[in-house]
Order: sequence, then structure tokens, then C-alpha cells
Amino acid sequence: MLNKLQQLGAATIGTIQGLGRASLMLFGALWGRPRPVKAWPLYVKQFYVVGVLSLLIILVSGLFIGMVLALQGYTVLAKFGAEQMLGPLVALSLLRELGPVVTALLFAGRAGSALTAEIGLMKATEQLSSMEMMAVDPLRRIIAPRFWAGVICMPLLALIFNAVGILGGHLVGVDWLGVDGGGYWSAMQANVDFYDDIVNGIIKSAVFAFIVTVIALHKGFDAIPTSEGISQATTQTVVTASLAVLGFDFILTAVMFGG
Amino acid sequence: MVDIQNLTFRRGERVIYDNMSMQFSRGKVTAIMGPSGIGKTTLLRLIGGQLKPDSGSIVFDGANIPTLKRHELYQARKKMSMLFQSGALFTEMSVFDNVAFPIREHTRLPEAIIRMMVLMKLEAVGLRGARDLMPSELSGGMARRAALARAIALDPQLIMYDEPFAGQDPISMGVIVRLIKSLNDALGMTSIVVSHDVTEVMSIADYVYIVAERKVIGHGTPAQLLQHESPLVQQFLQGQADGPVPFHFKAADYAQELMEMKG
Repeated sequence: MLNKLQQLGAATIGTIQGLGRASLMLFGALWGRPRPVKAWPLYVKQFYVVGVLSLLIILVSGLFIGMVLALQGYTVLAKFGAEQMLGPLVALSLLRELGPVVTALLFAGRAGSALTAEIGLMKATEQLSSMEMMAVDPLRRIIAPRFWAGVICMPLLALIFNAVGILGGHLVGVDWLGVDGGGYWSAMQANVDFYDDIVNGIIKSAVFAFIVTVIALHKGFDAIPTSEGISQATTQTVVTASLAVLGFDFILTAVMFGG
Repeated sequence: MVDIQNLTFRRGERVIYDNMSMQFSRGKVTAIMGPSGIGKTTLLRLIGGQLKPDSGSIVFDGANIPTLKRHELYQARKKMSMLFQSGALFTEMSVFDNVAFPIREHTRLPEAIIRMMVLMKLEAVGLRGARDLMPSELSGGMARRAALARAIALDPQLIMYDEPFAGQDPISMGVIVRLIKSLNDALGMTSIVVSHDVTEVMSIADYVYIVAERKVIGHGTPAQLLQHESPLVQQFLQGQADGPVPFHFKAADYAQELMEMKG
């Protein structure tokens, strides 16, 4: 019993210490005078690595999730003769929930794990230390561009995911199952609210982007500099970020749509 | 150039250095030798301000490193340089860009001048022809030489070498020994070499500190050290397997332990 309590205490202290270190890392990375001219190429590169290279998985997943939603939705809606509501069903599911959440989960697996492994390996090969000794702050040089790339790209990826998903829904619902095309779009237009649905979805996505990116960067920066340590850190990034996204999704959904 | 006084450093409960003092003279090659695991690299990190001592002062060029504010520390680091054991080249950049990195970060020189500076540094380490290679395409010795070119890119006043000879074949070892000495003499730098390769270090060092058991156990010029009366110093310099530093890690009685297994 006492042992269990001790373990719980140690785990809690460990988590709080981790949060503290993550905050310090973020503060160190973002605080200070920006140097746009020198930093610009670094940011462009990270936007490409984190954002553009994640596009394929986001496009394919978005398309298939939209198609599945339409297929599943149609069978239920058809029972009530409400096929014309397929557009809003697909759009609302994606905008409010699936777009931000699935993008965040895919992003954690695709870009988050890569960020952790990259930074962990830089640490293990003393690249971060040597940078520090050359009077170049690794937080500003390595962490900051990756942070902004993650935080800005992920909401954009979620929007692309939504758009492709809606097209996928159209492909299955209208082109295959024969729902009226005009009805698909007009019912969607009538039922989707810009602020309640689209903006709230973007806010969710921005929160998830922050969570996933910070977890990925922190786990890499804090990794034990051995091959085992890096593999552990990479796994932890995916697991912790995914659970955090799902947990925060519930909280945000409760606040935004809960009543 | 660097003056360490009464340095104490602990890692958790373990004392690494206990009230240790050392001086490194300007323009000289000073070596720190000692058995593995006594924290020689830690000492370089303390001088570089990457670690903070529990007590004592580390004065570099008039500034006490542990008390410096962040931006002051970064200013001090511009005057020093460190060659890491692994080389620590940036893997996503070519050799040329690696050497150009500190110049591009800290100066606003036009690219033509940067190119000239980089080629000069690469020529000094014999790697001008390898400028377009990536670090993964270099052998261990070449990587260390490329890292050396990067370390001297901004002509630092102090350069610290962390185990520069470890894992090198005799030829590249000879090359690095010659480079350390010639760079030190030609550029007037102060060099600190951490190593346990006795022969190589003794051949280039002006002054040597031998560190063991948390403190300096012997120091002097290589000639003085060879005459040192301490048995520990002699064991280390002559590479004897057993002596004041025992061959065996602390263990229970051998015969008794064998009998226990039998039972």
C-alpha cells in the first residue's frame, strides 16, 4: 500500500517536473528578439518537413474517412428517408470532431515522432551541446522553428483534411449512392455555422497542435541520449500526445458544444 | 587564461571534484589526464558553462563563468571552442556548411569572404577537397578533423579537446597530434587537451595535470611528471594493470563466491 502511494507520488512529481521542464524549454525557445532574416530559411525548411511532407497521409486519410462517413451515414439516414441530410452529417462530423482529432493523431504519429527522434538523436550525438558551445542557443535555433511549424501547419492540415473529407463524402454519397448533388451542398450550407462549427474546429485544432508539438519537442529534448532512450521517447510522444489529444477533445467539446 | 580555484562538483550524492584547483596558461597546450570515468569531460563542460559547480570559481579571460548571466555566458563562449569526442558535426549539412556555421551565425560577412575563410580552415586540417561531402561520408578521423576546422573557424582564444585521440588509427592519431600542436603555435591559442593517451599527450603538452580520486594527484611538465614520486601517477603513466588503482572492481572474496555458487 505504502509502496503504491510512493509510486503514485513519484509519478506525480515526475509529471510536474516534466511540465516544468517543457515550459522552460518553450520559454527559452520563444522569448527574445526575433531574427527574421537569419531564421527565415530555418522556418521554411521546417514548414516543408512538418507540414508539406504530412500532406499525403492527411489527404488520403481525409478522403477515406469522408467516404466511410457518407457510406455509414447514408445507410442510417436512408431508413428515415433523410438522405438529403447526408451533407450536414459529413460536414459537421468532420468540422467539429474528426478533422481536428484525426489530424492531430496522424500528426503525432507522422511528424511528432519524427521531431522527437530527430532532436533526441541530435542530443545523443552532442550536436545540441556543440551548438551551445558555439554560442548558438539550440532552443532558438532548433526548437523554435519546429514549434511554430507544428503549431501553424496542423490547423491548416486539419482544414485540408475537412475539405478532402467532404469531397470524399460527395464522391460516395452523390456520385455513387445517388443522393441529390444540389441537396448535398445546400443542406450543408444551411446547417453549418461559421463560428459554431468551423471556428470552433479550428480552435480545437490549434489547441491540439500546441499540445502535440510541445510534447514531441519536449520528449526529444529531454530524451536519455542512448538508442534505447530515443526509442522510448518516440513511443512516449505518440502515446502521450494521442491520449492528451483525446482528453482535451472531450474537455473542449464539453465547453464548446456541451450545452 | 583559465583559472580554476577550489572547484567542487557533485552529481547527486556522488562527488566528482573535491576542492580542486588548476591553471591553464595562455598560449600553451595543457593536458588533463586520468583514468576513465573520473569526469574529465565534465571539467570541460564546467569551463564552457554547460554545467554549474557546487562551489569554487572558474575564471576565463577575467570572467567567472558560473556567475555569468545567460547573454554574458554566450559572449564568453564566442571566445572559446570545443572539439567533441564524436566530432558532433551537424549531420544535415555538408562539411563546408558545418565549418561556415559559426561564421554565418556570429558575423555578417559576405559569402565570398566566408568561402575564403572556410577553405583556409579546411586547408589547415587537410580536408579542402572534402568540402562537399556530408558527415556520414567521412571516416572517424576525417570527421574529427572537419570538426576541428569548425572549432577554429572564428579563431577562438581557447580550444578544448575532448579525447581527440580516442578510437583513431595511428596515422590519423599522428595527424591530429600534429594539428593540435601546430594550430596552437600558429594561432596563439590556449589549448586544453583531455585524454588518456599518455604517449601522444606527453609529446605535445607543455604542462600536464593528472586527475584521479576527485582531485589533482600530480602536475608539472611532462619531464617533471616522469620523475614524480606518487605511485598512482607512475601507475597511470606506465599503464600498469594493478597498483594503487586496483585491477578488480570492488567485490566479495573470490574463493568464497565460487564456493557459494557450487553450493
